Amino acid sequence: MNMIERLGAWAVMRVREMGRMVLFVLSSFAWLVRPPFRFHQIMKQLHFIGYRSTFVVVLTAGFTGMVLALQGYYSLRKFGSEGLLGSAVALSMIRELGPVLAALMVTARAGSAMTAEIGIMRITEQIDALDTMAINPRQYLIAPKLVAGVLGVPLLVAIFDVVGIYGGSLVGVDLLGISEGAYWNSVESAVEWKDVYGGILKSITFGLIVSWICCYKGFYTRQSAEGLGSATTEAVVLSSVLILVGDYILTSLLL
Amino acid sequence: MIKLVGVEKKFGDQPVLQGVDLTIPVGKMTTIIGGSGSGKSVLLKHMIGLLQPDRGEVWVDDVEISRLSGTRLNDVRKRFAMLFQGAALFDSLSVFENVAFPLREKLRMKGPEVVQRVEEKLKEVGLTGMGHKFPAELSGGMRKRAGLARALVMEPEIILFDEPTTGLDPLLAKSIHDLIVAMQRRFGFTAIMVSHEIPEIFGISDWVAMLRKGKIVLMATAAEFQRTTDPEIQEFISVGGTVALPGSRID
Repeated sequence: MNMIERLGAWAVMRVREMGRMVLFVLSSFAWLVRPPFRFHQIMKQLHFIGYRSTFVVVLTAGFTGMVLALQGYYSLRKFGSEGLLGSAVALSMIRELGPVLAALMVTARAGSAMTAEIGIMRITEQIDALDTMAINPRQYLIAPKLVAGVLGVPLLVAIFDVVGIYGGSLVGVDLLGISEGAYWNSVESAVEWKDVYGGILKSITFGLIVSWICCYKGFYTRQSAEGLGSATTEAVVLSSVLILVGDYILTSLLL
Repeated sequence: MIKLVGVEKKFGDQPVLQGVDLTIPVGKMTTIIGGSGSGKSVLLKHMIGLLQPDRGEVWVDDVEISRLSGTRLNDVRKRFAMLFQGAALFDSLSVFENVAFPLREKLRMKGPEVVQRVEEKLKEVGLTGMGHKFPAELSGGMRKRAGLARALVMEPEIILFDEPTTGLDPLLAKSIHDLIVAMQRRFGFTAIMVSHEIPEIFGISDWVAMLRKGKIVLMATAAEFQRTTDPEIQEFISVGGTVALPGSRID
């Protein structure tokens, strides 16, 4: 096979894979609206993706806000604009860092676990067992995780933003001596509904990306321990890359 | 009745099934034997629609299932149950919850009725009082028993057994075989088993079929099968089915 043929075969394989990914998510959502409705499964997944990611999200948000305030303070001081620190921290958090970092944290904590869980179920034939019981695995396993991702990540991003802005206040106001009133007034005057709306839109998109990619990679794991390992790695890498690419695209559309 | 007509299946460039014609008698125990990697499990998975053939037809009574999907395939699958090689119990559920799973999820059954049916099945497979344990806490034999209880709980017409005694010592293997036979005789379901356990399977099966080079080369009653004069089949059954025959591929 010459190079052009190999390239063509690779391209066809990738296009087929993308088609399979799109069909995977569409059919999972289609199963979601058919009875029986699995409310309990959705709540269970929301608990796993959302509640159990709260600690790591709070920790990341706190330190991100603090370091942002530290960097921002010394940059703004050069121009005598320390009073704008609140707006710098809040806008960075709400527009960019909140959605991106929270989604990356969810990928690392919950996304990898989702891929591993579904992958093990595939290898040990538990997914086939669901099929043989006439229970659609996409309805029972995948759709609740997709919904939990779409609902859970925006809630985590909201927590991230609030904690991050308070982290900025801790450093800016309590350590570096900016007036508390100036900090919060700057936050209030700078943040508009458009910024919040953009952040929510991003977080919903990233929530879908994480749960979609991680479920897909687990569902089509190759039948070996090595296959499971590489599926988990691919899920985390691909989700992270798509979050960053998606962030650029959404930012350019929203501005 | 399950009937396969000219079923062919390839994985990549590797042909596994190359025109399988097979009819499974109703209410009997049929065992499919063949060398390691000859495609026995692949064949079994075609019967319940877990795999689709590249060519050929799979009939369950008057329904051709090889091109079905979604709700229509699920309607056919409601008549089936399957016991997998590793039992395929759900790790996150206890034995009780595993057995109750199809009752709750498919029949939307609740309360004391579920408890009664699950306890009854656990008793039948010799797992009384083990319902609270999780799959990881069970031995291989107990896992198979729990898997069998889950397969039986919906009282299916057809049960597929994919090497149900793999990984068990001879005594445990015999106890699982005896249990399967006892359940089959009692409930009268159609049993289709893939197995390596020669000569034990001749004592428990009504019919035996042999898969070789992707085709069924012989299907006969257990007694007739043992009297075959085909030298390769004779060699296979005389060495206990542990040697892969020429043409063996992947399972």
